[in-house]
Amino acid sequence: MTARTRRHVAVVGAGPAGLAAAAAALRAGARVTLVDAAERPGGQYHRMLPEQYRAARPERLHHGWAAFDRLRRHVLGHPRCAWWAESSVWSLERPGPGDETAPRVHVVRGPADGAGRERLVLDPDALVLAPGAHDRVLPFPGWDLPGVFTAGAAQALAKGERVVIGDRVVVAGAGPFLLPVAASLLEAGSTVLEVLEANPAATVLRGWGRRPWELASQAGKAGELAEYTALLARHRVPYRTGRAVIEARGDGRVEEVVTARLRADWSVVSGTERIVAVDAVCVGHGFTPQLELPLAAGCALREGFVQVDGDQRTTAPAVLAAGEITGIAGAPAARVEGLVAGWAAGGGDAAAPEARAARRRRDRARAFAARLAAAHPIGDGWPGWLRPETVVCRCEETTYGALCRAADAPASAAARAVKLGTRAGLGPCQARICGPSVAELLARRSPPPDLAAGGHRPATPHHRPVAQPIRLGELARPPKENL
Amino acid sequence: MSPRLLRADADPVGRHDTPLTVTVNGEPLAGVAGQTVAGVLLASGRRSWRAGPSGAPRGVFCGIGVCFDCLVTVNGERDVRACRRRAADGDVVTTQSREPGDAR
Repeated sequence: MTARTRRHVAVVGAGPAGLAAAAAALRAGARVTLVDAAERPGGQYHRMLPEQYRAARPERLHHGWAAFDRLRRHVLGHPRCAWWAESSVWSLERPGPGDETAPRVHVVRGPADGAGRERLVLDPDALVLAPGAHDRVLPFPGWDLPGVFTAGAAQALAKGERVVIGDRVVVAGAGPFLLPVAASLLEAGSTVLEVLEANPAATVLRGWGRRPWELASQAGKAGELAEYTALLARHRVPYRTGRAVIEARGDGRVEEVVTARLRADWSVVSGTERIVAVDAVCVGHGFTPQLELPLAAGCALREGFVQVDGDQRTTAPAVLAAGEITGIAGAPAARVEGLVAGWAAGGGDAAAPEARAARRRRDRARAFAARLAAAHPIGDGWPGWLRPETVVCRCEETTYGALCRAADAPASAAARAVKLGTRAGLGPCQARICGPSVAELLARRSPPPDLAAGGHRPATPHHRPVAQPIRLGELARPPKENL
Repeated sequence: MSPRLLRADADPVGRHDTPLTVTVNGEPLAGVAGQTVAGVLLASGRRSWRAGPSGAPRGVFCGIGVCFDCLVTVNGERDVRACRRRAADGDVVTTQSREPGDAR
């Protein structure tokens, strides 16, 4: 079989899910183009140090480094794999109705946001989407001050380029990801004053404690969490549940945070506020899946994530999905989802014993995701942290007060009108940060749209026809095709 | 204290840094090859370099190219995400803010 007649699988994202998908598609006999915006594979979980640092012991910063290192060398060095680093997919072009082929994949390759990037187009037989997720951060007074970072930013800077964000740091939000973030900061020499989980211990324990036999299959993840907990204990960092950062204060940068005890619904118990002097704070209240590409491909969603079948196939022809866009479950789950997706995309036999085994492992990983969601939900009471002057949309500086006024005025209450009237979500980030929060705030204040009477269904906050910024000069350039 | 780059000789990962220099609004800043533009700015003690519509200071927030808070102009190209662009020796970085009515 020649390279041209072989089945061609494009994989977008080279994190745990995408790398595994590439490996499985190669194993199934396909040729693979693996595309990622970063210079090196690994995604956020295995974010690698820059090659230029010439680090002698990169494994110091990673869990499961040996397995990851083997996998990335195997995939990137494979004769049937083309590795496209620094490559952003800015658009997916859907085939016409009734056409069952995969979408065309439009890519720009070159330094991030550079003007002279190369335009490339892929026409794969199958497309695996594994773009991952980014931190969800709920707004609170002062969250727009410099020195307030997402938990992911603190980790990316410490692990990815050895920059520490501060010396006296509070880590706050919800979910087990706060632990590795605190561990990264400690490793890099920061003092972590405390780690605050907004959910009360009862919620966390109920979520993690039910059906304990399911946890056994995720022993790797549980062991990793146990290590972080031990590290926190060694550094005497308190892990407090039912407490949150509800305000950041300072003159031009964060100088102190206000923490408070929360009820189970995340409403503040008044009188429990404490002021803590900090020079940086990291917050993360879970993750938002990066849904631009699946939506551009026409994939249906279910409960906010890409809907997939037993083989990780989406509802769009020849498009498969793996990793956090199908449900937030962490790296081990992403890896097995990637294996299942890549094998199916590469034309592997669904009845093969290893495919069956991978699907069983995937099913257990999904159970883990459900447990995670139950243990670390976002409480309904968070809008109580907001004041009328609190910025909700960071780009446009739309305040909570402006949003409420727009939502309460009958003429402008529809989500689209609120967006146009207040500009919330229309700035450079295109609602990636504030979209879910604005949607939630509006849904509470406005009645649902009357679709029968010609009302508009609110657009999903993730719908962005241009998935990544591209310059007009780049767009005008003819692309390279038949790759 | 402010953000900083871990000293190479104290870093357990065993780095072998290559120094580089960029200018920010004309002022030379020392960095090391492999750092992002945002990393160089943070490690030089700057927490903010852009202003929101009201003039409120902005720097790095998401760190992974999602929030667009950290936009700078690099070698004349506007709207470069500083957290995603690797610094190159000699890069001319200028800070930028939004003009009223600017799409960015």
